[in-house]
Amino acid sequence: MDSLKSLLQLPDVASAHGEGLDTLLLYVHLLMVSLFVGWFSYFVYTVFKFRKSANPKADYVGARSHFSSYAEVAVAGIEGLLLLGFAVPLWAKAVDKLPDPKKTLDIQIMAQQFQWNAHYKGADNAWGKQDIKFANSANPFGIDVADASAKDDFALLREPFLVPVNKDVICRISSMDVIHCFKVPRMRVTQDAIPGMSIPLHFRPVKTGEFMIICAQLCGNLHSTMKGTFRVVEQEEFDKWFAEKTKAGMAAAASE
Amino acid sequence: MNTSTAHAPAHSTASAHGADHGHHEHHEPGFWQKYIFSTDHKVIGIQYAVTSLLFLLFGFLLMMAMRWQLAYPGKPIPVIGHALQAALGDDMANNGVMQADLYNVFGAMHGTIMVFLAIVPILFGAFGNYVTPLQIGAPDMAFPRLNMASYHLYFLGGIVMLASFFIPGGAAKSGWTSYSPLATINDPVHVINGQTLWLIGMVLLITSSLLGAVNFITTIIQMRAKGMTWMRLPFFVWAQFVTAFLLLLAFPPLEAAGIMQLVDNLLKTSFFLPSGLVVNGQQLAVSGGGSPLLWQHLFWFLAHPEVYVLILPAMGIVSEVIANNTRKPLWGYKSLVYATLSIGFLAFIVWAHHMYLTGMGTRISTFFQTTTMMISIPSVIILTALFISLWGGSIRFNTPMLFALAFLPMFGIGGLTGLPLGFNASDIILHDSYYVIAHFHYVVAPGTIFGVFAGLYFWYPKATGRMMNETLGKIHFAGSLLFMNMIFAPMFIQGLHGMSRRMYDGGSTYFGSGVGLDQHILNLNISITHAAAGLGFFQLFFIFNFFSSLVWGKRVTSDNPWQATTLDWQTPTPPPHGNFTTEPVAFRGPYEYSVPGAKTDFTPQNQAG
Repeated sequence: MDSLKSLLQLPDVASAHGEGLDTLLLYVHLLMVSLFVGWFSYFVYTVFKFRKSANPKADYVGARSHFSSYAEVAVAGIEGLLLLGFAVPLWAKAVDKLPDPKKTLDIQIMAQQFQWNAHYKGADNAWGKQDIKFANSANPFGIDVADASAKDDFALLREPFLVPVNKDVICRISSMDVIHCFKVPRMRVTQDAIPGMSIPLHFRPVKTGEFMIICAQLCGNLHSTMKGTFRVVEQEEFDKWFAEKTKAGMAAAASE
Repeated sequence: MNTSTAHAPAHSTASAHGADHGHHEHHEPGFWQKYIFSTDHKVIGIQYAVTSLLFLLFGFLLMMAMRWQLAYPGKPIPVIGHALQAALGDDMANNGVMQADLYNVFGAMHGTIMVFLAIVPILFGAFGNYVTPLQIGAPDMAFPRLNMASYHLYFLGGIVMLASFFIPGGAAKSGWTSYSPLATINDPVHVINGQTLWLIGMVLLITSSLLGAVNFITTIIQMRAKGMTWMRLPFFVWAQFVTAFLLLLAFPPLEAAGIMQLVDNLLKTSFFLPSGLVVNGQQLAVSGGGSPLLWQHLFWFLAHPEVYVLILPAMGIVSEVIANNTRKPLWGYKSLVYATLSIGFLAFIVWAHHMYLTGMGTRISTFFQTTTMMISIPSVIILTALFISLWGGSIRFNTPMLFALAFLPMFGIGGLTGLPLGFNASDIILHDSYYVIAHFHYVVAPGTIFGVFAGLYFWYPKATGRMMNETLGKIHFAGSLLFMNMIFAPMFIQGLHGMSRRMYDGGSTYFGSGVGLDQHILNLNISITHAAAGLGFFQLFFIFNFFSSLVWGKRVTSDNPWQATTLDWQTPTPPPHGNFTTEPVAFRGPYEYSVPGAKTDFTPQNQAG
């Protein structure tokens, strides 16, 4: 199975749900390849067998077999199976079943031309007040620094987003200007970042290391340079980093 | 039946008009009346063919310049680099090097031109206009003047699109999809910018298509010859009929959306702009409250049916060529017709599969996945019927047939690779990657364009009275088949590796461990670019053949050089104004080849008895 999967040459998967998506992709490709090989062998054989020099007189009726009808029913059946057995439940699990935000690392991610920003709740596990009137390049989330629960929040602009390994993480994806698309190929997550909407996605990284965030929606002339990083670390390292960041709080970001 | 042509300019070949035109006053029409303001469906068809082939070439050249940048980022474009700098400015091509804005301009305009100015016009405007009235036995389209207006609007739309390259700020650069808010804020410096002209051009092109659609539907319903019942229509006509309905019903929402985006851009409305936009650190001074997703819905409500507009007429052409060159009836004609009608219906309820990743829940995405899988079934039926049609044939391998045969596996690849994109869960992996590019180009390039070439080689002798050169045609075919695959097959691999589309630097940003994009995957960009140059080279054989055959091509010795059955071949060559010398009557189905007991291996539809 894994050796078959490696034929797809996907980037190494680094999230818990990614395996399932890769498996579906493999099955779909097995269906495609067997259909194509079947069609193509028939095609080559037929074109050769019924060339004019070998068969000067055409047969008015042609094929008499009903095999093709059975084959079509079979294809429809397999597609139905892949749909109901894989795609729908995988999507429901990946998209609809959000883990409890109170008990999960819950971050806001704001796209802007041409960078990725993140906003972490501080030690109080509550978002500070946000208002569009405070929003600017240095404060893309429009955080009200005067608000009490905002004091320990912190924002990351153009620097790696840290998350602990083997823990669920919720990312609430939005954009302040145009439509971007938050894609972390190795985590198998992709979500459009749409201004005016905040769309949650969740995943559980299972490997430590750095994972590139790319923008998968044309967003302007520097679209190709718009990248960010997830740094997945052990829990202890994350806790230490988080303590430092939340202590510095919003003041650090706002004074940048 | 001739009332519609009564006011049309009379044709010089008076003898061809026959008795029913005898009461008309014959005079020689001038150049303008004959070639520019003609209401004859055949002249309009040829106008469409020539114009759209030029746009096809232009769209290809835009892509060649982009491919250079992908293969050799930051190196000056050979030959045309400095001309681009002189024409478009330093912002676009500094020292002949393609800049990011120019890449986006060419990308947006490549898509726009290929879809709206090349492929649709050649399939619908050129083949549809030239062949449909002939195949149904009509003297012209139902509304000849509307037909002329349709071509003129198309031409005007094309001029507006071309002009937009040269205005300050350059042509539209927000993708052929022109998503808001990017399309609104992309060029804040110029009030009238490339996007403005794109939208005006689109409104003209859409209007042109709508006029065409009304005309085709009326013509096919009202003007069929006596005896030409629905189930005796050539499959090509069915394909055009369903295509006309797709255009008629899918385009109006985009026309409305285009005007809404136009006023968003010019009059500061907010149909597609939400509240609280902050651009470059500045809060945008618009009222807000709009929805960027509304644009996507309106756009894809057209643009998915559009996919079938791009493929159905090509399937129609391929069917005609296959029936003719296997010398036997199409297998499963009725299932072809019903499959096409099903596609026509289902095409309207799959559009949101382009939007799986806009935050769609399980229920809605299940609906659109289900319809997407359903629409694959009639597509499989059509392809299977064409494959099976080969069985028992006596296959002639002339140039049109080679292109038609190659269409089948090439479209097969294009269709099959739609499956992993159609399942939302696997789309998470492949969304916006080169896999998507490879998928839809297999459908449209070696798919539809091969259908177009099959049709051009096939009907050329009917339109000109001369054959195209077979040797040059076969060289053109072999080179095109090889290089099409060398261009698009590696893109599947690039996509699976995680390479994103619309990357000005060819994806080199992603080099390294973060994504896993290896050097050898980036290097495929170089071989693809070389293959694209090879593809361009082999088109020279076609271009030379197309023009030289007008003068030196072998004259046809019969009005029916392919020994075909359908009515388009039972006319003088080229068909005169009014098409038929006697009113045609259909006595049988469209593909009566190799009928047991018949004297010849083809029995034309209008042959009595």
